[in-house]
Amino acid sequence: MLVNPELLFNALLTGLLLGGFYSAVSVGITIAFGMLDIVNIAHPAFIILGSFVAFYLNSTFGIDPLVASLIAAPPAFLVGRLLYKMYYYAFERHGEESLQGLAFFFGVLFIVEVGLLLVFGVDYRFVEADYIRKTIALGYVSLPLRLVVPLIAGLAMVAVIYVFTSRTFLGRAILAVSQDPGALRLVGGNPVRVKEIAFGLSIATAVLAGALLIIIQPVEPSLGREYIGRVFAICVLGGMTSLGGTVLASIILGIAEALTATFVGPSWAPAVAFGLLIFTLGARPEGIFGR
Amino acid sequence: MKVLSRLITRAFALLACVLCAGPVSSQQPPIKIGFGMALSGGLAGGGKAALLTYQIWQEEINARGGLLGRKVEFVYYDDQSNPATVPGVYSKLMDIDKVDVIISGYGTVPIVAAMPVVMGRKKTFLAFYALDANAQFKYDRYFTMQPSGPNPQSEFSVGYFELAAALTPKPQTVAIVGADAEFGQIAMAGAREHAKKHGFKIVYDQSYPPATVDFTSIVRSIKVLNPDLVYISSYPPDTAGMLRATYEVGLTAKMIGGGMVGLQFAALKQQFGYQLNNVVCYDYYAPEPTMKFPGVDDFLVKYRARAAAAGVDVLGLYIPPFAYAQMQILEETVKAVGGVDDAKMADYLHKTTFKTIVGDIKFGQYGEWETARIITVQYQDIKGNDVQQFKESGKQVILHPANYKSGDLKVPFTPTKQ
Repeated sequence: MLVNPELLFNALLTGLLLGGFYSAVSVGITIAFGMLDIVNIAHPAFIILGSFVAFYLNSTFGIDPLVASLIAAPPAFLVGRLLYKMYYYAFERHGEESLQGLAFFFGVLFIVEVGLLLVFGVDYRFVEADYIRKTIALGYVSLPLRLVVPLIAGLAMVAVIYVFTSRTFLGRAILAVSQDPGALRLVGGNPVRVKEIAFGLSIATAVLAGALLIIIQPVEPSLGREYIGRVFAICVLGGMTSLGGTVLASIILGIAEALTATFVGPSWAPAVAFGLLIFTLGARPEGIFGR
Repeated sequence: MKVLSRLITRAFALLACVLCAGPVSSQQPPIKIGFGMALSGGLAGGGKAALLTYQIWQEEINARGGLLGRKVEFVYYDDQSNPATVPGVYSKLMDIDKVDVIISGYGTVPIVAAMPVVMGRKKTFLAFYALDANAQFKYDRYFTMQPSGPNPQSEFSVGYFELAAALTPKPQTVAIVGADAEFGQIAMAGAREHAKKHGFKIVYDQSYPPATVDFTSIVRSIKVLNPDLVYISSYPPDTAGMLRATYEVGLTAKMIGGGMVGLQFAALKQQFGYQLNNVVCYDYYAPEPTMKFPGVDDFLVKYRARAAAAGVDVLGLYIPPFAYAQMQILEETVKAVGGVDDAKMADYLHKTTFKTIVGDIKFGQYGEWETARIITVQYQDIKGNDVQQFKESGKQVILHPANYKSGDLKVPFTPTKQ
């Protein structure tokens, strides 16, 4: 059977675009879960929080959703730091972070979700921006800007975090704490403070990713629950601590979903994507870029 | 002095009588109506609109002196749109809160989850919107406000396919796509049935999983097959995704739409505005001259005055009129049987034709409407993205059934520019 080249190229491009977005929503989990060993199940709720902040600033002041997310990121960073402090003093310090910590973040998830319900109500919310309704047509390839913009913004965000973690002292300290907190303490670093900053960064990325999500699709307060499985799967597939692995895993998952939806049927897309995850972990349990 | 004394005595006696007479009715216990309602989670958009409507009715009935002279109280819990919480909610309502009457929350899945508990207590269950929820249970005290009729699977898409079959030249091919969830699957099964009946060749028949982010791959696959008809049964975020992808990919067909949930709500109407032109979709109520039932306009004025503050759908065309009709039916039933006896209420519900703000309602054997009244509308003459225009007639033109028809089908669907 001949494969329709138009469908193939478009599916590959759509997968790439989706992958860029997935990497934006997953990079925070790579930091929190992969590097800091914190099972922040509330991460998707913060993504939705970011969507609603973008919605509020966009609908009230006409601010572009991407600019809105940059405005929201510093407060989100502080909220993340505060949240980690609570988590540390309540659980991690006593070595009770596994089950109690998980319950804590479940609680945070519901608090964020119900808070959004009370403030914004239950309707689906959208944002308006010039690029949302536009599509770039290149021959038989069409590129919806509502997917292109999240790709560029998502990859830019990951690139900035990569530069930060590889070129700055604090960034290297975050990588160090993910490998050996004890060794970091021996060289004069404070693992708790480093983890606090890294967790703040993780929440800030969630809020930034939320703006990308609401550019792609309408959101309502409970939508985040549907992303929990996907973001953790990408983190594991990418190798837990690797930012490059997260991007690659996101693109693999995006392309697998798009190709399956196009040529096999959309109902098979999650099965193929997660089958790929199982296959990869079977062959390489540490993930693609895991060490 | 004696006269004055007698007068004072009589005055006190009269006062005592008045004081005693007053509390007789107020000392009667309230009628407690219990329900679980989706106030958070994916169904909360509908659940909160239904709750606001119930509260409007509650205020009205209590202002009129209550039901059978008893104040009406609601006991309700958030079912979180999660079927797992529903049996517990209804057990608590019946066993601990001791409510007199139970009604349902919003949505097929929570209602189906409540059925075994309700049936176990033999309670009369006046449910809200649920698609074919009693198909397996065959419970004779179940009633639903969803106007799907005795054969919901088939009725849901009958209008779309009868309209398509009447086109000249007759369409030959159809693509069917829908959500991989209960509603989507039932609607797709009905669509297949009608496609076969009318001789349309199904060239695409796929469901997509929940949490699908991008629909362009699906729409491109459909476009390549160039079907005459595209039938879509989707939930609100998917409806938005499918419509956006339709415009991005440039999909055209004689008819596009069918079972798209979400277009009935103000949020999606406003977002898509003019892009809805020529989309054909199911609905239950449209503000067309053929559906001007007594009382519906007055109710919508009351609802809309409070909708924005309550954070619910500002148009209120899809859920609120039917939720209010549900309470009208409950009110009439309790008054007619003179109490809350479940057997008597069920008997009355079975045999009565109710006059409501959404027209006459008569329930069939298993609680579905005796005659289906799903309407098929087409969005026409939509300009810009102003949500207020959807309050006017001529924007959601009723094409089917014939007795509510308010305009003619326009074909084909082509992505329109503003």
